[in-house]
Amino acid sequence: MASDAGGIPEREGVGSGLREGLRAAIYSKTLDCVHCGLCLQSCPTYRVTGRETASPRGRIYLMRGFAEGRLQDPELLVEEAFACLGCRACETACPSGVRYGEMLERTRAVVRSEEKDASLSTKIERFALREIVPRPRRLGILVGLLRWVQALRLDRLSTLLPRGLRDRVALAPRVPPRRERRRMPLLTPAEGVRRGRVALFEGCVMPELFGRVNDAARLVLSRAGYEVIVPRNQGCCGALHAHSGEIGFARELALRNVRAFTGELGQLDAIIVTSAGCSASMREAESWIGESGGVLADGVRDVLDFLDDARPGLPLRPIPKRVCYDDACHLVHAQGVAAGPRRLLQAIPELVLVSHRNPEACCGAAGIYNLTRPEMSRAVLQPKIDALIEAGPDLVATANPGCAMQLSAGLAARHSEIGVVHPIELLEEATRPVTA
Amino acid sequence: MTIVASPTPPTALIDRLVGIVGPAHCLFREGELFAYECDGLTLAPRTPLAVVLPATTEEVARIVRACRDFDRSFVPRGAGTGLSGGAHATEDSVLIECSRMNRVLEIDPGNRLAVVQPGVVNAELSQAVAHLGLFYAPDPSSQQACTIGGNIAENSGGPHTLKYGTTTNHILALEMVLPDGRIERFGNRVGEGPGFDWVGAIVGSEGTLGIVTEACVRLTPIPEGVETLLAIFDDVVAACRAVGRVIRSGVVPAAMEIVDRRTIEAVEASVYAAGLPKSAGAVLIVELDGNPVCLDGEIRLIHEACRREGCQAIERARNDEERTRFWRARKGAFGAMGRLAPDLYVHDAVVPRVHLPAILEKICEICDRYRLKLANVFHAGDGNLHPNICFDKRDPDELERVMKAGAEILEACVAVGGVISGEHGIGVEKRDYMHLVFDDSDLECMTRLRQTFNPDAACNPGKMIPTPRFCVEANPRARGYDAVPIG
Repeated sequence: MASDAGGIPEREGVGSGLREGLRAAIYSKTLDCVHCGLCLQSCPTYRVTGRETASPRGRIYLMRGFAEGRLQDPELLVEEAFACLGCRACETACPSGVRYGEMLERTRAVVRSEEKDASLSTKIERFALREIVPRPRRLGILVGLLRWVQALRLDRLSTLLPRGLRDRVALAPRVPPRRERRRMPLLTPAEGVRRGRVALFEGCVMPELFGRVNDAARLVLSRAGYEVIVPRNQGCCGALHAHSGEIGFARELALRNVRAFTGELGQLDAIIVTSAGCSASMREAESWIGESGGVLADGVRDVLDFLDDARPGLPLRPIPKRVCYDDACHLVHAQGVAAGPRRLLQAIPELVLVSHRNPEACCGAAGIYNLTRPEMSRAVLQPKIDALIEAGPDLVATANPGCAMQLSAGLAARHSEIGVVHPIELLEEATRPVTA
Repeated sequence: MTIVASPTPPTALIDRLVGIVGPAHCLFREGELFAYECDGLTLAPRTPLAVVLPATTEEVARIVRACRDFDRSFVPRGAGTGLSGGAHATEDSVLIECSRMNRVLEIDPGNRLAVVQPGVVNAELSQAVAHLGLFYAPDPSSQQACTIGGNIAENSGGPHTLKYGTTTNHILALEMVLPDGRIERFGNRVGEGPGFDWVGAIVGSEGTLGIVTEACVRLTPIPEGVETLLAIFDDVVAACRAVGRVIRSGVVPAAMEIVDRRTIEAVEASVYAAGLPKSAGAVLIVELDGNPVCLDGEIRLIHEACRREGCQAIERARNDEERTRFWRARKGAFGAMGRLAPDLYVHDAVVPRVHLPAILEKICEICDRYRLKLANVFHAGDGNLHPNICFDKRDPDELERVMKAGAEILEACVAVGGVISGEHGIGVEKRDYMHLVFDDSDLECMTRLRQTFNPDAACNPGKMIPTPRFCVEANPRARGYDAVPIG
């Protein structure tokens, strides 16, 4: 039986490196789990499969059992470590405070480092993560190409592709026009009464595909009285790499950002991030890079969390729309932010916040999971799309780019008219000066 | 990749099972079986022969017939949150996991009932009928994860058992696959019927009579008014005395729960923190529900009773949000104990309410004597104790002390007229303590009932009823469980 992750040697004395690695990296943490099972129903892969092995409790049991030497064959442990979405809904459900996300990341890192011979898909994934995602020029060229393909409507040709590939192509978002992909100004002055100074983190994919979201954040912060600087030497946060077990590379990226957000920037009230996945991992930077990660851990705030705290009291124009807020996992489960974004949206006159079933459940995007495991990703997505269509809003608002793409693709596949936005875009619209 | 240490499974049986449920729903690799070696009771793990996840009654029946043809036993399992090892399966048993049988088949608000598959999650059933002003009353603390099928097997209770009764009071009819593979129905939707009460016999039988594949359950109207009080005491014994006083006053609260200091510490450090006072020796949670007009008078009686037992203060949940927080704290308590030690042995015994104060003192004395860390969180209203012993099973000396203390606790409870399980069931955990409450003729009577349904104990063997020596000789199936290193 071939394993997706492959590469775990299988003869005598095998897996011993893996066993030692896990013992050092996570064993003591696995003991926090008392096997009560309260996490089970919060786990998207358990809900799809019904299998103990695809649940947080089961995965921790495999990690612990293998580290103890009671489980001999690491095959399933390796499979399950990568079959997990990493949504961390189990952490919200866990009364014992088990740090599942951290254990998962470390397990993946140990697996990757012990791997002798990676599978083709792992090699492709590694290449994309190392050579494209964190390199703005290459990413820009690729996105530019995609724009041409879409402009010439060559993407219709994808119907000729085999199903697996076609489904992945369908996830590609519409590339926005060039003007939305321009770099933001280095400094945007505060409007009105000056309340402080913040730095804006751009991210890797965000400027190319969701430049309007970053720009909306910049404008709202400035209107709220914050001077906004956009440091030039910043880059990808490394979250995708850490989630894929590429912890060494993730550390390099995190250290680069530590440098970018310290030094001559002067006093900052916060480092503002518009993507929940990025803000979550930057706030946990200390667990990857130690003390020097403190700059990020203490400084980083998700834009919605920051604005909810700041309460700038801006005049708001009405937006007469029905909106569902769908929690991004890495905002609600990794950072415990759920009420703030809803308060911000509810404050907009005439905007009706519509509730839908299980807004805290993962949508199945999970970084690049929807590309690496499209079948499970779709199965996880379906109940979410059903719930949204049942609630029938005009818009669904989500605070993470991956989720936005996943939800758009899922809704489009069902021919739904529901649009997908980042909540900050609605706030930008509501705070726009009348003359603009 | 080769499978390292697992013994070669009987391929023909596996092939047959795969043919019934499909390859995705039949598990037999080493790691897959390893994850199923225990339920909520992590002591005494056993590895099953295979795990199958059927979706329909028909599939369950076919699995049972396949096991029969290959002379293997079988064990039903819900979400595996049980605490007495009722879902443990030995190396020659097939584990039938019902998690995929999770559909609500029918909701009948007029007759206040629902028909569900056994894998429906307890809390999700209540959510599914909330818009009709109804709920499913039995509320075990694990309700966000545990299944109706498992609740039926264990006759599960919960905090609100005090007023609403246990699972058995809420099951109207059942469909069950008998251990010979036949599909039979018991009971009816009216809830009353001539002849024997088969549903009553099946609920709480811990899967030893057959595999429940469908249940018709009673739904209860959501009460109009609810009040939740938190009475704060210096020590747990005073809180116990207050419970007796409340009951004597004539009030029937929906729930009365006691949480002691160590439990408060663990919960308040967790995601379920509810602002319980960390300085308190114990907190008594009292919930009242019903007609809002009557509740004020009842609240006065509770105040009076608690004050007389020296309570420091009484707080009242100001809104539903606060109430939900209190209950999440209470129900997350068991899991939160993971903060105190790697392993947890939660006991489950019932004593007549009047003996609560004395037995609590006795339990504390026993645990002190064995140098064990004890936390108490329990259903005080119906005398159902849950002493939680926190330990590390990797320390064999500590494990032995845990077992000895557990035995003494049970004996002490029985000595004052109590029983050895309130709601967690007997399973493998307490099977050998059954003789504390039942004599040989009682046990023989139970064995005869089981034989009526399950003549050779192929369905969930070795659970609940202790097997006398001579029976092990006659029935080798029962043998595997004799090695259980408990008690």
